[in-house]
Amino acid sequence: MATVQPHQVRAGRGVELGLLVLALAIAVAGYALVGLGIDGSVPADVIGYAAGLTGLAVALHLVLRWRAPYADPVILPVAVALNGVGLAMIYRIDIAYEAREKAAGFAERQLGWTAISVVLAALVLVLLRDHRTLRRYTYTAMIVALGLVVLPLVPGIGQSINGAQIWVRVGGVGMQPAEFAKIALAVFFAGYLVTHRDTLALAGPKVLGLQLPRPRDLGPILIVWGVSLAVLVLERDLGTSLLLFGLFVAMLYIATERLSWVVIGLLLFVGGALVAATAFPHVGARFDAWLHPFDQEIFDRFPGGSGQLVRGLFGLANGGLFGTGWGSGRPDLVPYAESDFIVASLGEELGLTGLLALLLCYTILTERGMRTAIGVRDGFGKLLAGGLAFVVAFQTFVVVGGVTRLIPLTGLTTPFLAYGGSSLVANWVIVALLLRISDEARRPAPVVRAVLTPEVGTPVASAARANGGGGTAGPTGGDQPTERIEGLS
Amino acid sequence: MNTPLRRLATVVLVMFVVLMGGTTWVQYVQADSLNNDPRNVRTLYREFGNARGPIVVAGEAVASSAPVDDAFGYQRSYTGGDLWSAVTGFYSVVNGRTELELAANDALTGRGDQLFFTRVRDVLTGRRPEGAAVETTLLPAAQQAARDGLGDQEGAVVAIEPSTGKILALVSTPGFDPNALATHDTKAAGEAFSALSTAEGNPLRSNATKEVYPPGSTFKLVTAAAALESGSYTPQSPLPAPVELDLPQTTATVGNFGGGGCGADPITLADALRVSCNTSFAQLGLDLGDDAIRTQAERFGFNEGFTIPTVVVPSVFPDDLDAPETAGSAIGQRDVRATPIQMAMVSAAIANEGRLMQPYLVQTVRSADLHTVDETEPKLLSTAVSPGTAAALRDMMVGVVADGSGTAAQIPGVQVAGKTGTAQTGDDQAPHAWFTAFAPADAPRVAVAVIVEHGGSAGNEATGGRVAAPIAKAVIQAVLGS
Repeated sequence: MATVQPHQVRAGRGVELGLLVLALAIAVAGYALVGLGIDGSVPADVIGYAAGLTGLAVALHLVLRWRAPYADPVILPVAVALNGVGLAMIYRIDIAYEAREKAAGFAERQLGWTAISVVLAALVLVLLRDHRTLRRYTYTAMIVALGLVVLPLVPGIGQSINGAQIWVRVGGVGMQPAEFAKIALAVFFAGYLVTHRDTLALAGPKVLGLQLPRPRDLGPILIVWGVSLAVLVLERDLGTSLLLFGLFVAMLYIATERLSWVVIGLLLFVGGALVAATAFPHVGARFDAWLHPFDQEIFDRFPGGSGQLVRGLFGLANGGLFGTGWGSGRPDLVPYAESDFIVASLGEELGLTGLLALLLCYTILTERGMRTAIGVRDGFGKLLAGGLAFVVAFQTFVVVGGVTRLIPLTGLTTPFLAYGGSSLVANWVIVALLLRISDEARRPAPVVRAVLTPEVGTPVASAARANGGGGTAGPTGGDQPTERIEGLS
Repeated sequence: MNTPLRRLATVVLVMFVVLMGGTTWVQYVQADSLNNDPRNVRTLYREFGNARGPIVVAGEAVASSAPVDDAFGYQRSYTGGDLWSAVTGFYSVVNGRTELELAANDALTGRGDQLFFTRVRDVLTGRRPEGAAVETTLLPAAQQAARDGLGDQEGAVVAIEPSTGKILALVSTPGFDPNALATHDTKAAGEAFSALSTAEGNPLRSNATKEVYPPGSTFKLVTAAAALESGSYTPQSPLPAPVELDLPQTTATVGNFGGGGCGADPITLADALRVSCNTSFAQLGLDLGDDAIRTQAERFGFNEGFTIPTVVVPSVFPDDLDAPETAGSAIGQRDVRATPIQMAMVSAAIANEGRLMQPYLVQTVRSADLHTVDETEPKLLSTAVSPGTAAALRDMMVGVVADGSGTAAQIPGVQVAGKTGTAQTGDDQAPHAWFTAFAPADAPRVAVAVIVEHGGSAGNEATGGRVAAPIAKAVIQAVLGS
């Protein structure tokens, strides 16, 4: 195994700091250029803004040096860059809204949420010393996830916005619990699957070359299918439903390596979606708007027409290859330009070039997450990191694909870029978890502990050393089964 | 678990590559068509930010943009109420644009290919780009005469200079005041639009170019042209002219206007046209066959849409007609349909020795610094008939006005060649009154077509000769007097 090679000790904190400078430069330059583009002068508070963002980023960087010195050095700068670009665009849209006397003030709130998110991410890194601790809360996570998913349906606190019942409002603060549910579900799936992967993978009949699961093992997948369908039907939220189900299928595949699960999952979801599309006009309208957005009748229909989608496409087209430049486009002409359609806003002002750069940032972020999953030694960590990285990638795909009309439009937010506290906090927590796992993945094998083990010099110890994670797994105890399974695979 | 993780990482990579392809598709491949979508107000906003060029008639701007202090920067305004609405159309933040405001948009915004060098210079010198002026071929006196002649009646008038194809007048009634739609008050503009789009007579649609009517007896010019071009007929060829013509294969018959005979039986081709004898032309149509008439009609421009540069819908002479349909079509009934501009083109081609010129509205495009960037040259569209046929048709049309159904178009001292039409519309409404003409017959300067829908104020008493011919006469006088 490559993990025991001594030269891999490079922690990368210096690299991270350098990349952070670049990410902060992008974020602050975006903010300054908005001012220059709109009224020809740099915003008066640009120094304070730069100082604030730098403070947050550097604080998190220091927490990493303290608590997770071997964490992946690329993940944090990419998240900061995306968050910063999103903030600049939201600030820009605020100005456009103010000029049209529409409700504004999104940027300040988003800045506040950014601070809260970074603090929470730091807390996760400080309090969660070892990601395997989370495995103890597998079933707690399941209950939390289910609770969060059904929370918007509770009368009194649930809120219906634009036909989707996905909001909760308590004491004046609105939130989308589904954003947090995806983290809880990833924890639950990772914990559940790491225990049951063998039965799921190996038992059951083989049909047409596909290893089918035993009927009784179908239980959990049917429950999750039911939950995501319930989200679709009761909360009318195609996006979250797709997201939760996609997460589950992906993690099931990681755990079992069985394509049959993916096939079964896709068939179930497509079937459910088709039924929903015919049975519920709300969902059917989304498909209509996707297939024939330029029909005048569908364009004019409200709600459920293609007006927003097509206006977003107009914005993207207006941006063209190089964009209009910060502050020179009209992103405010698209409804929800600051949240669901921030990709169209960015595409208009930064052009195809800018959008491709942002997509590359997402690619780097999620592929670093995947790499973390491959690098970490315990099965739970692999599943959790893989699931979290995938859910960010998949959410980006569903949103950007919806805005560019690759797939039907759903109401999901673009990770890090879009306005919305729940989404921002949830994604920063995901980043913190990925950083925590990557620290474990990249940490060199602690030779000293192996030497201190009583069975020094025996074959068992050398196996533990070769296994890499054996030394650190020892003290935490409860994860031994994971290690064994990992060792076998 | 590393194998599925690596595969999943590949799947993630593929998802992002697909996204990059999708954005490239929208922002690069589809960008042009999206930017030109009339619902794309963003393009409008961008255009509004720059000075849009004026639409000019005889040196006077009938549509122009002036700076205003609101989000759009410039307000489009129009002169003349509904006089020019069929020409200019409208240019609105809320409702998009039509007619010249649409068709000449590239020139008006300064985005056209012919303005490329102007644009490059503007970029290099840092000048604010300005749209170019679009100067039309219209003659204000002719336009006004046509508008006055139609008055409250629904219909259209088109006048063309036969030798060039210049459009001298283009009026459609009811028209509209484009200012009501161009206002930046989005609510008022939206209400004006919905009121106009549901109003009687559809004011927003130009009857002159976008509406097709049964051409009635004016179509006999085409049938007569087909007969003369066949070589088997001369103006003096005798034609049967019964009171009623039995149509083959059916029990239906064709009668004459007013139900009587045509003054003689047989009758010469020239006289049949002069008195507009239905039965002889129906028989002529049967003898020629639908293919010959269709070929002739297409040489006059039927069955093909074109642009002037505003869109003209195709006039129709249908395929595969049986005998009764052929007989009806030969006299401009049944399924034959024509735009008013099409019937003006028939007269214009006859007036120009058979050579049909491409009609056009835009004479020059002039950049903001008064430099001519584009000039329309007259262009031959087709040779509709031979010069001999054209001369024969001209003489026959002179007879119509001198001593036939079109005497109301006579002008002292000017020989007018014309043809009346009274087109049955099938339902119980009064027939459409048509008149198409050109003058002076020996050296034509103007060809004109007039339609008054459902006889206008004369109702069931209307004939083309009585209702439409005086309007044509006024337009001809306006052109000749200028």
